[in-house]
Order: sequence, then structure tokens, then C-alpha cells
Amino acid sequence: MNQEKKGLGAWVLIAVMVIYVIILIVGPIIALASGAFQDGVVPAVRSISSGVFAQSLVLTLRISVLVVVIQLLLGTMIAWMLVRHAFVGKSLLNGLIDIPFAVSPVVVGYMLLLLFGRNSPLFPLLDRWDYRVAFDTPGMFLATLFVCFPFMIREMVPVIQNLDRQQEFAAATLGASSWTRFWRIIFPQLKSGLIYGMTLTLARAIGEFGAVLVIGGGVQGRTETATLFIFRALEERRYIEAYSAALLLGAFSVLIVFLADGLKRSHEKKQMISAEVNTL
Amino acid sequence: MNLALTRRKEKSQPGDWVLRGTSILFLVLIVIIPLVVIFQDGLREGFDSFWYQINLPIARSSINLTLWTSALMTVINAVMGLITAYVLVRFEFPGKRLVNAIIDLPLAIPTLVTGIMLVILYGPQQALGGFLIEKLNFRIVFAPTGIVLSLLFITFPFVVRTIQPVLEELDRSQERAAATLGASPWTIFRKIVLPALILPTLGGSLLSFSRAVGEFGAVVIVAGNIPLRTQTAAVYVFSQVESENRLGASAVSIVLVLISFVVLFVANAIQKYWGAHR
Repeated sequence: MNQEKKGLGAWVLIAVMVIYVIILIVGPIIALASGAFQDGVVPAVRSISSGVFAQSLVLTLRISVLVVVIQLLLGTMIAWMLVRHAFVGKSLLNGLIDIPFAVSPVVVGYMLLLLFGRNSPLFPLLDRWDYRVAFDTPGMFLATLFVCFPFMIREMVPVIQNLDRQQEFAAATLGASSWTRFWRIIFPQLKSGLIYGMTLTLARAIGEFGAVLVIGGGVQGRTETATLFIFRALEERRYIEAYSAALLLGAFSVLIVFLADGLKRSHEKKQMISAEVNTL
Repeated sequence: MNLALTRRKEKSQPGDWVLRGTSILFLVLIVIIPLVVIFQDGLREGFDSFWYQINLPIARSSINLTLWTSALMTVINAVMGLITAYVLVRFEFPGKRLVNAIIDLPLAIPTLVTGIMLVILYGPQQALGGFLIEKLNFRIVFAPTGIVLSLLFITFPFVVRTIQPVLEELDRSQERAAATLGASPWTIFRKIVLPALILPTLGGSLLSFSRAVGEFGAVVIVAGNIPLRTQTAAVYVFSQVESENRLGASAVSIVLVLISFVVLFVANAIQKYWGAHR
């Protein structure tokens, strides 16, 4: 890119921006790390080595992985439909997909509580089958699914739009079955988008707090996810535990998102290069 | 791309119908039914009792607090997002890649963790927080300032990441022409760059507003849960669910959902308009 000589104004703008980012984002992150390690590394590690935290992490991962798998299948399917199919009500459907992004997590949990809780008309029915949704894992799973709904779809729509259709047509002309076309031509192009979408969904699911708090109730050992564990530790003034668990959870989410981002970028670069080679 | 090929009308096959049916059913089950339930529950005793519930002093003040903190955040976010995107696209400086990566961090960090970070940094028992309160009488934690700060943290990437691609694609020949004719950098920015960025800035800002209105995890930690002072609408809904005031919880939930709907609708309309007039 062409660079002009920077004047004083440019340096002022750069300084303003960098200071803002440091105060807004970097400062709080450093504070969390120093809070977790205020008594040293050993107490921090020991504080979250308890079985209770491990148990909450297992619940978080169980719910999150299930949400990611469902979104991988259905989210990709919906994205595919939005790009490749034309049907009545498509723009309405398109608008509805973003709703979970804007609805408050508390409201999400509360909606499910109304739907499946003790006062709901569904409750006697579920009770007869001895199946609990509210204050149990199924409800927390549904809440997380609602909250994570748009991520996979919004990631995959542009990827599917950019698919190279010439290759598909060429393969079809040469007699490849739709199955072969999907696995040999479409899937390789979708792969990095799928991984990125899954990662974003996973990070969002792991971090979900309000919705699972309302629908799950945060009962220790039963419906306590990792975020709910942190919340309870904070309320019970077990600060080192809360801070260390928060640091671990935050670091894990950041790590997976960055890894997936790097993967996506290297894939895009490869695609650009191969596109250039093709035009030559 | 070959338009004739992409426009080719595909015949619907039975498989397509299954695909379509499953997707729509999934959306209806997961998204639509819960939303219908909340409207039905909040209005089950008529509009008057809904109106009464949202006008109770504590409910009202929570809605007001939510609206003004989100609005203030949106304005700051628009200005700082614009500056950040501009600097990242137009200037080279040491550490630029790092800053660019840091901007995405809030997308990955759970909001509960964000709240904890701010409490550690600005809490009254902490060094910096204690100093700000004692020396400057400036309270951040358990005050509206903390709410605005946590919302800024969470939504910072939205505005920056909507403006950045637009700025990258902007045709610079007009700016060069203006510079040749002796226009100052500020005039060039105001007359040429800014008009092109107004709609994306607005779109990103509305997105961050709609996200902020419902925020719970960060706010409940940073602001606490003090009725009439630091209780936002989402936290109010939570406390009403806890105290089993169903009508109150449903009524304020409806208000929250309606605000998000309106804002999302406007944001989408802007995006469409912008896409058509590019």
C-alpha cells in the first residue's frame, strides 16, 4: 500500500486509538491475570483443581459440544438453503435468524422457563414421562442453542455464496454423482468456514451465562456450568477461585478463536493464490 | 462468474422440500415459539396490567438506565470505532498487527469474565479503583460508569469491523484529487471519507446498541443489582424471575424484545439501503 508521510495529526490519532485500546481492553485483561495470580501461580492452580470446578467444566463442554454438532448440521443446512434456494418467506426467515443475537440471555432463559417450567401446560405431559427440561440439562442445552443460533449461519452464508459453481457444473457434466460432487468439490471449499463457525459457536456456548442461570438454576453438582461456578465463587467471596477459573475460561475461548482465525486466513490466502494461478 | 449458470432455475426435488421443512421447523421450534410464549404471558392479563408493570418505578428506572447507558456507549463506540478503523486502514505503525488482533478479543471473552476484569481493575478495594474514588470521587464499579465501560468492551469490535472493509475498498482517487487541489486532510476526511462511512458506522452502532440493551453477565457483576440505581432491565427481569413476579418479568422482557426487534429492523434496512446505493 502507498504510504504518505505522516503528519502530527496522524500520530495523534494513532496515539488516541492505541491508548483507548489499552485502557478499554488490555488493562482489564492484565487486571484479571494479576488478580488470579495475586498469591502466586500455585494457589491459583490449586484453587481450580477441585472436583467441583472440573464437574462444572464437564457440563459446559457436554452442552457446548452438542450445540456445536447440531449447529454444524442444521446451521449449515439453513445457510445452504438461504443461498441456493428461492422460496416464499425467505427474507422473513433471513431476518429472524439474527433475533437470538439481540434478545437478552436472561429473557431467553426466562422464555424457556415459561415454556417448560412448573406453570406451563407442557409440564404435566413432561412429568408423566418423567422428563425434566427446566432446571435440568435439556433446558440449558436449548438455551445455549438459542443463543448460539446465528453464528454458524452468518459465517457460512458468505462462504456458500463464494463457492466456485463452475467446478460443480463441470463435475456434473462429467457424470459425478451429487454425493461425489459434495465431498470432492463443495466440502473442501467449506472446510475452513465450517471450522471457524464451529469455533465461534463453541466460544459463545462456553461463555453463556444469563440464559443457563435462569433456566438451569445453577445447582452445584447438577446444573452448574463453568460460568455459573465462577458466579457462585464470586458471591461466596472465594476470589482466587473465581478469578483463576475466569482466566482459564477466557484464555481458552480466546485461544480457540485465534487458532481458527489463523486457519481461515491461511486457507483464504491459499484460495487467492490458486485463483490467481487459474486466471494466469 | 457466469450469470447464466447461477441464475439457472433449479427444479425443486423432494430432498429440497425435506431440507426446507426441517430448517423452518427448527427455526420455529427454537426461536419463534419461545418468543410467542413471552408475549402471551406478559399480555395475559390485558394491556393495562402490562402497562402498569412496566411503569412501576423500579421497572421504569431499570428500562431508562438500560436505554441511556446503551445510548451513551453507542455514541462513544461510533466515534472511537471510526477513529480505530481509520487508523488501522490508513496508517502504518509499530504494533499494528497486535492492536488489530486485540480488537477481536471481546468477541471471544465471555461477558461474565469481562465483568470480573472490570471489578478487579476498578473495584473500591483495588489500587486503581480506590484511588479514583478517594482522590477524584469517581466511582466506576457499582455505578452507571461501569455499565457503560463494560458495554464498550463487549461491543467494541462491532463498529470497527463494519467500517474497516468499507474503508479498505474506498476509491482513493477522489482524495488524491482533493489533495492536489489543496484541500487540508481534515477537509478531505470530512467531505470525502466521512460521507462514505456514515451508513456503515450507523449500522455497526445499531448492532452494538441492540447487543448492549440485553447484556446481563457483565452488567450484573460490574453494576451489582441495586434497584433504582444500577439495576438494568435485564437484571430487573432476572430479579423478578427470582422473586417469582411472573407478570413483571414478562412485561419488561417484552419491552426488551421489542427494543431489539426495532433496532435490528432499522439496522437491516440501513444495510439493504447501503447495499443498493453503493
